[in-house]
Amino acid sequence: MKVALFATCLVDTLTPQVARATATLLQRLGHEVVVPPGQSCCGQMHVNTGYRREAVPIVANHVRAFAGALSSGVEAIVAPSGSCVASIHHQQAAVARRAGEHQLADDAAALAERTFELSQFLVDVLGVTDVGAYYPHRVTYHPTCHSLRLLRVGDRPLQLLRAVRGLDLVELPGADQCCGFGGTFAVKNADTSTAMLTDKMTDVLSTHAEVCTAGDASCLLHIGGGLSRLRSGTRTVHLAEILASTEEAVTPQQSTTPAVTA
Amino acid sequence: MTAVFLGIPTAPPGVGHLRGDRSFPDAAREALRDGQLRANLGHATSTIRAKRAAVVGELPDWAELREAGRAIKAATMARLDEHLIALEEQVTARGGTVHWARDAIEANAIVTRLVQATGADEVVKVKSMATQEIGLNEALEAAGITAHETDLAELIVQLGDDKPSHILVPAIHKNRAEIREIFLRTMPGADPDLTDDPRQLAMAARTHLRERFLRARVAISGANFAVAETGTLAVVESEGNGRMCLTLPDTLITVMGIEKVVPSWRDLEVYLQLLPRSSTGERMNPYTSLWAGVTPGDGPQEFHLVLLDNGRTAVLADEVGREALHCIRCSACLNVCPVYERTGGHAYGSVYPGPIGAILSPQLTGVEDNASLPYASSLCGACYDVCPVAIDIPSILVHLRAEHVEAQTRTTPEAVAFRALSKAMSSPRLWRLAQRAAGLGRFLARGKTTLPNALPPPVSTWTRTRDLPTPPAKTFTQQWAEEHRS
Repeated sequence: MKVALFATCLVDTLTPQVARATATLLQRLGHEVVVPPGQSCCGQMHVNTGYRREAVPIVANHVRAFAGALSSGVEAIVAPSGSCVASIHHQQAAVARRAGEHQLADDAAALAERTFELSQFLVDVLGVTDVGAYYPHRVTYHPTCHSLRLLRVGDRPLQLLRAVRGLDLVELPGADQCCGFGGTFAVKNADTSTAMLTDKMTDVLSTHAEVCTAGDASCLLHIGGGLSRLRSGTRTVHLAEILASTEEAVTPQQSTTPAVTA
Repeated sequence: MTAVFLGIPTAPPGVGHLRGDRSFPDAAREALRDGQLRANLGHATSTIRAKRAAVVGELPDWAELREAGRAIKAATMARLDEHLIALEEQVTARGGTVHWARDAIEANAIVTRLVQATGADEVVKVKSMATQEIGLNEALEAAGITAHETDLAELIVQLGDDKPSHILVPAIHKNRAEIREIFLRTMPGADPDLTDDPRQLAMAARTHLRERFLRARVAISGANFAVAETGTLAVVESEGNGRMCLTLPDTLITVMGIEKVVPSWRDLEVYLQLLPRSSTGERMNPYTSLWAGVTPGDGPQEFHLVLLDNGRTAVLADEVGREALHCIRCSACLNVCPVYERTGGHAYGSVYPGPIGAILSPQLTGVEDNASLPYASSLCGACYDVCPVAIDIPSILVHLRAEHVEAQTRTTPEAVAFRALSKAMSSPRLWRLAQRAAGLGRFLARGKTTLPNALPPPVSTWTRTRDLPTPPAKTFTQQWAEEHRS
C-alpha cells in the first residue's frame, strides 16, 4: 500500500526520530511511504486555544499538502499522533464550515476518512499486531487522552506492545489520568499542569520501567520533560520507535540512557 | 453573528456567586499548595468515581438511557417558552403562584417580599444551586431574615463561614476532623465530647436541625425537575432534610432555573435513573419528593414557584454553548476532572465549579467576566465520557475560548504570535523558515540534550518545571527531502 506520512508539526520540528521510526516501520511491513513536502500542522493548537479563524488557512494548507498525495495513488495517511488525528477527524471540517469554507470542509472531511493514527492503522487497516519488533526493555504505556477518548484506540497499542520480543510490559497505575499537557494548558495553567504531571510521574516511576511510551509525542514531551528535570532513570520513547526496533536495526534512539546525564 | 444576540441580558454583576475575584490560574496556584485540601479531594473524588463506575456498569442500556436524556433535553430547549407557559398554567391551576424573575436581583426581591409577607424572620432551606447562584441567603440577611441551610454539607459550609466547593457535596474539601472542629466552635450547645466519628457528627447536626425544622413557617427549595404537563416539582436528596422542608412549613417557595422543566411525567423515568447513578453512585435516589400546587390540609398551604432566567436565555441563544443548559447537576464531571481534583471548587470563583462550571459560569455572566474558566481544562475529555446527558464539554470549552479571543478589541501579544504562526503554518516556504529558526534554539543548549531551565517568558512557564529537548539541526521532512531528491 502507498502511505502518506503526516509527521505533525511538533514531531517534525522537535522529535524527528519519531517520524523516521514510523516511516521505517511502514517500509519494513512492505509499504511504500511518501512524505508530502508541503505539510505543516493540523491546526489543533490554534483551534484549542481559541484561534479557530486563524486555524482555517492551516487546515487549507494541510488539505492542499495531502490532497495531491491521494490523487497520486496514496491510499492512507498515517500520523504518529492521536491528538492530531483526532483534530483532523473532529475539528478540521467544523472550523472550515464555521468560516463559510464549505468546499474546504468537504475536502477536509474526505481526507479525514483516509487518515489514521499509527496503532489504528496497523491493527485495523493492515490487520497486524506482531510487527516483528525487538525491544529488550521494561516498558509502561500511557494511553493519552485523545487516543483513549476521542479516537477510542482501546487496547490496540497494548496488543502491538505485547507482540514485541524482549519487551517487559508493566501496567501503569492510573493510566487513564491525563498527564496535564493539554497543549497551551501546560503554559496557561502551568501550576495545575505541573500538579497533574507530578502525579503521572509518581505512577510511571512506581512501575520501575526504563521507558514510558505512548502514541502522542506531545504528551511524551511533557512527561519526558518532567522525568528529565527530576534526573530520573526513566525516559519517554514513542510507540513508533519501539515498533521500529529490531535485532538487526536498532533505532539510534533506542538506548534507555536518561535524556540528561547527571 | 453575536450582534444579533446583544439584546439578551446575562447575569448581572454585584449580586450572587458566579464571578470570582481572581483568575483561575491565580486561585489554583494557592489551592495547589494546600496539602490537606488535595488529600481530602483526592480521597473523596476517587471514592465517588469508583462508586459511579460500578453502578453505571451494571446497566446494559446505559448508552441508550444517556441518549434519551440528551434527546429529551435538546427537544425541551427547542420549545422552552411553550413548556414554561404550560408549567405556569398547571402550577396555577393546582393552587400555586408562579413568579418570573429576569435575574438574581428580581428573584431575590420576589423571595424576600414573599417571606416578609408571612411575617417570618427565618426560613429553612433545602440545598439548592439556584439560590446559591443568586446569593439569596445574603439578600435575606440584608432584610433581617435568617436562612438555615439544612443539607448536612451545606450546614457545615454555612457554620464554617465558608463557600461550597462542589455542586453535590459542598463541603467535599473538609474532612471529618475539620467538621468536628467547626461543629464544636459554632453549634450552640454542641457536646464538648463530640468526636470525629461520622455517626456522632451526623447526630449532632440532626439535633441542631430538628429544632429548626419544627419551628420553621417558611421553606425555600430549588428543584431538580418540573413537569410541564402536570405542574409537578421534583426534589431529589439523600438525607430527608428536603422532605422535612417540603412538608412541614406553611409556606414553600421554590426557586428554579428555567432550564429545569421537562415536558412530561414520563421524562422523569429517564432522569431518575441517570441522576442517582451519576451523582452519588446509588441505584435509586433515597428521598424523591414530588408535589403539585397545594393540597388542602396536607403540607404547605401556600406555594410559590420563582422561575429564574439570570442569563439562561443568553446561553440558549448560543447554538454551540446551549447544551450546557442540559445539565442535571449530577457532578459526575467534577469527580472525574483531573483539574478539579487538584484545585478544588473555590478556584473557579463560581458556585458552579469543575468542567460544567467552566462552560456554564462564563455563559451566564458573559465570557469576558469569567474569561479564564474556559482555559481551566486540559481537554482530556473525561467529563464528556461520564456526563449522563452527553454534554460535549470539551467542544464547548474550545468554543468559549474562541468567543473570548474574538471578543478582544485590542491585539494581545498572544494573538500576534498565533496570527504569525498561522501565517507560517499556511505556507510551506514560511513554515520551513520558521522551523529553521526554531532549530537555531539548539545553540542555546551548548551541546547538551536539553535547553537551559531559565528561558524568557512565555517559554519559562514550561521550563520552570519541565525540560525541553534541544531541537535537532534538521527536521524530519528536510532530511527526507534530501534523501529522496530525484
